[in-house]
Amino acid sequence: MKNKQDEVLREVTQNEYKYGFHTDIETDTIPKGLNEDVVRLISAKKEEPEWLLEYRLKAFDRWKQMKMPKWAHLTIPEINYQDIIYYAAPKQKVSLESIDDVDPELRETFEKLGISLDEQKRLTGVAVDAIIDSVSVKTTFSETLAEMGIIFCSFSEAVHNHPDLVRKYMGSVVPYTDNYFAALNSAVFSDGSFCYIPKGVRCPMELSTYFRINAANTGQFERTLLVADDESYVSYLEGCTAPMRDENQLHAAVVEIVAMEKAEVKYSTVQNWYPGDKDGKGGIYNFVTKRGICKGNYSKISWTQVETGSAVTWKYPSCILKGHNSIGEFYSVAVTNNMQQADTGTKMLHIGRNTKSTIISKGISAGKSQNSYRGLVRVMKNAENARNFSQCDSLLLGDKCGAHTFPYIETDNSSAIVEHEATTSKISEDQIFYCNQRGIETEKAISLIVNGYAKEVLNKLPMEFAVEAQKLLAISLEGSVG
Amino acid sequence: MSTNQEYIELFKEKEGILDKASPSFMSEIRHDAMENFSKTGIPDKKSELYKYTSLQKIFEPQYSMLFQPSKVDFKVEDIFSCDVPNLSTRLEVILNGFYLKEKVSLRKLDNGIIIGSLAEAQKKYPSLVKEHFNKYAGSGSDGLVSLNTAFALDGLFIYVPKGQSLGDALQVVNLPMTGIDTLLHYRNLFIMEDNSSAEIVVCDHTLSPFRFLTNSVTEIYAGPGARFNYSRVQNEHLNSNLLTNMFIHQEKDSQVKSNTVTLHGGTIRNNTNVLLNAEGCDSQVYGLSLADRTQHIDNYVNIDHAKPNCTSTQLFKGILDDQATGVFNGRILVRPDAQKTLAYQTNNNILMSDEAKMKSKPQLEIYADDVRCSHGATTGQLDENALFYMQSRGIPRKEARLLMLYAFAHEVIDKIEVVPLKDRINDLVNKRLRGELSRCNNCSMACGDLPLPK
Repeated sequence: MKNKQDEVLREVTQNEYKYGFHTDIETDTIPKGLNEDVVRLISAKKEEPEWLLEYRLKAFDRWKQMKMPKWAHLTIPEINYQDIIYYAAPKQKVSLESIDDVDPELRETFEKLGISLDEQKRLTGVAVDAIIDSVSVKTTFSETLAEMGIIFCSFSEAVHNHPDLVRKYMGSVVPYTDNYFAALNSAVFSDGSFCYIPKGVRCPMELSTYFRINAANTGQFERTLLVADDESYVSYLEGCTAPMRDENQLHAAVVEIVAMEKAEVKYSTVQNWYPGDKDGKGGIYNFVTKRGICKGNYSKISWTQVETGSAVTWKYPSCILKGHNSIGEFYSVAVTNNMQQADTGTKMLHIGRNTKSTIISKGISAGKSQNSYRGLVRVMKNAENARNFSQCDSLLLGDKCGAHTFPYIETDNSSAIVEHEATTSKISEDQIFYCNQRGIETEKAISLIVNGYAKEVLNKLPMEFAVEAQKLLAISLEGSVG
Repeated sequence: MSTNQEYIELFKEKEGILDKASPSFMSEIRHDAMENFSKTGIPDKKSELYKYTSLQKIFEPQYSMLFQPSKVDFKVEDIFSCDVPNLSTRLEVILNGFYLKEKVSLRKLDNGIIIGSLAEAQKKYPSLVKEHFNKYAGSGSDGLVSLNTAFALDGLFIYVPKGQSLGDALQVVNLPMTGIDTLLHYRNLFIMEDNSSAEIVVCDHTLSPFRFLTNSVTEIYAGPGARFNYSRVQNEHLNSNLLTNMFIHQEKDSQVKSNTVTLHGGTIRNNTNVLLNAEGCDSQVYGLSLADRTQHIDNYVNIDHAKPNCTSTQLFKGILDDQATGVFNGRILVRPDAQKTLAYQTNNNILMSDEAKMKSKPQLEIYADDVRCSHGATTGQLDENALFYMQSRGIPRKEARLLMLYAFAHEVIDKIEVVPLKDRINDLVNKRLRGELSRCNNCSMACGDLPLPK
C-alpha cells in the first residue's frame, strides 16, 4: 500500500503528458477535405457492402444540412471540416495470422502505452482491440472468446462477417439524425469495435478498446457497437491517448449499447487524449455521442468515466431505460486543468415502469479551465415508480477556473421520486491544515483529498483502470496548487 | 403577419400618443427598446430561458391595448376591501396598468418620501427618474422587457430618501378590468436610498372574466444599507396570464427579500433578476406555487454575484395537481473575484396527479473558487408511511394529506415577515388546499371565479 502511494506521488512530480510521443509508421492517408467522394472512398477502402455506403451517404446529406450546435458552455474556434484528413491507416500486411505479423513499430507503440498486444505477456485476462488512427490493428483473445460465442472484433470485420447483426443494431440507439457529430461520424466513421455477447453468457474477461491517434492532421471517427443479449454480462473498457501537437485534432466517436432482457453492461472510459499545453495550444476536440438502451426488462447499463484529457470535451453518455425495472448508472470524474474545457454529463430517460437511475458526477477544475456538468433526467408519463438520484459536486482549485452545473429535471409522473443535489466549493483550509499538522505537505494533502473526493467513482472502475485513473488524477492536477 | 411584426407596426402607429404622454427623454428610451425588440422579438421555445413555457400561445389571441387610463365609475373601496386583520396598509391601486389616483397622482410626504404615478414622476422629477429608469432592466434585456419599455405608460413610483422608512407595509393591488381581451403593460420603479427601508405587499387580482395578458416590469434599486421587503400574492383567474419581470439592483450591505405566492392564474412567468453589485449584500428569493387545472407556473430566478462577500438564498416550492405544469429555473452566477460567496438554491415539488408535470432546472455557474454554493431539487409525492402513521392515529386520510401539504407549503409562508399577511396567506393556502375558493372574507371580489362587479 505504502509503495503504491509513493508511486502515485512520484508520478505527481512528472508533469509531462507522457503519451505525447509520435511513432513513425508508414501511413496510408487520403487527401484532406470532406465531400461525397471522400465518403465513397472510405467506404470503398473498407470494401463495404452497398447498404452501408447508402447509410453513410444519407448521413452525409443530413450533416450538410446541420449546423454545429452552440448550446454547450464551451468556447470552440470555428472548425474547418475541409482541413481534416478523414482516413488514415497504418500500412501493414493484409491479414494477421498471429501477433508476430503486427508491425514491430506498432507493437512497440502499444508497449509504450502500457498495452501489450502479446497475449502471453499479459497478466490479467483483458482482451484488447487496438485502434490506431482510423483502423483496428489487432484484437487479442478473439479466438478464446469465440469459443463462448462472444464476438469481439473490429467494426469492419463485423461488417463483413456478421452483417446481419451490424445492420440490425447500428444506428438503432444513435441514429445518424441524432446530432451534428453523430451525423458526421455516421458519414465518415473508419473503424471501431464490435461486440456481441450471446444469450446467457457471462464474458469471462474485460473487453477493452484502446484508441490512439497517431497521424497528423487527421480526425478520428470510430464507432463502437455493443450488444448484450438476454441474461448476459460484459465489462468493457476504453482508453485513449494522442501525440502532442500544436494544432487541434478532432475526435468524434459514436458508442451504442443495446442491453436485452436481464443483461448487464458496464462501460468504463479513461479518457486521456492530449489536452493541449499550458496556454491551450493544441489538444484534441473530443465530441462523442454515447448512448445505451436498456431494451429488455431488468437490464442494466452502467457508465463510468474518468475524463482527464482533451482540450475540449463534449459528451453525455446516456441511458434510455425502456425495459421495466431497468437500471441506468453514471459515474464520472472530470478533471480540467490549464485551458481545458469540459461540458459533460448524462441523460437518463425513464420510459419503463420501476426504472432506476443514479448519477454521481465529480468535477475538479484547476488552472484557467472551465468544467460543466450538464444532465437531463426525464421521467415519462408511463414510467411509474421511477426513481432517480443525482449528485453533482464540483471542486475548485484556483481562482481562475470555473465550475458549472446545468441539470434539467423533467417529471411527468406523480409516482416518480427525483432528487438532485449539487455543491461547489474549494478544498477547505481546515482540511489542509489538518493534514499539514500531521506532517503531510500541502501538495500531498491535496492529492489525498482529491482522491478521496473522487473515490466514489474510482471505486466503480475495474481494478486495472482504477490504479491508472488515480495516477492520472494526480498528474492532471500537478502544479495546480498554490 | 407575425405577432412581433404587429407590435412593431403598432408602435409606429402609436408613437405619437406615447411621446405625448411622457416627457421627451422617454421617447429615445422607447425608441431604443423597440429597436431591440425588432431584433429579439418575443422569446420562443427555442430560447433556452423559455424552453418550458410557450409565450407564443399566450400572445396568440387578439388583444386590445390601452393608451390612456380607464374611466372609473365606481369606488374601488366598494368592490375591493382588503380585510387582513391588523394589516394597517395604505392601498395603492394600479387599474389596467395605470395608477388610480384618489386626489393627486403623486404625493410627496414630509420626510421626503414620494409615492404615486410613474408617469407623473417622470414629469415632476425627471432627473431622479432618469438616474434609475431602465438602468437595471435595460441592459441585455429580452423581448418582453423591451416591449414593456416601449409601451408601458404608467405604474407605481416610490422614492424613499436616505435613512427614511416607509413605515407600515404599502399594499399595491394590480387590477385588470376591461370589457375585452386586453394586453397590459405597466412599469414600477422603486428607489431606496441609503439605509432606507420599506415593505411592500403586491396583490394581483382580476376583476373581469376576459382574457388578460399582463407584461409588467419592476425595477428596484436598493442603495447602501437599504432594506426592502417585497411580498406578492398572485390570485387571478385561469384566463389571466401574468409575465412579471423584476430587476433588483443591490448596493453595499443592502438586503432585499422577495416572496411570491401563486394561488390562481393562467400562465404565469415570474422573472426575478438580482444583481449583487457591492460587498455585503443579502438576497432572499422565495416562491410558493399551488397549481391545478391547466395552470402553468414558471419561476425564473437569476442571482448575479458580482462582488465578494454576498449571500443569497432561493427557496421555491410547488404543489401541482390536475394538468398543471410547474417550472423552476434558477441560476446562481458567481463572477470571477466574487470570493466568499454563500449561495443556496432549493426547489421541492409535489406532484398530486399523473397529468401534472414538473420541469426543474437549477443551475450553478461559478468562476471563483473560495465559495460555498449548493443546490438541491426534488420532485416526488407525499410519503405513504407518514400518511399511514397519521391514519393509524385516527386522522382521516384526507386530513392527513392536507396536514402534510400544508406543512410542505409552510416553509415558504414562514419567510413572510409581515405577520398579518403571513396569517392571511396561511389561511388562503389552507383554503386553497381544501379546494375552497381562496378569497378573502370581506372582499366582494372573486379572485377564483368571476361574477362581474356592477
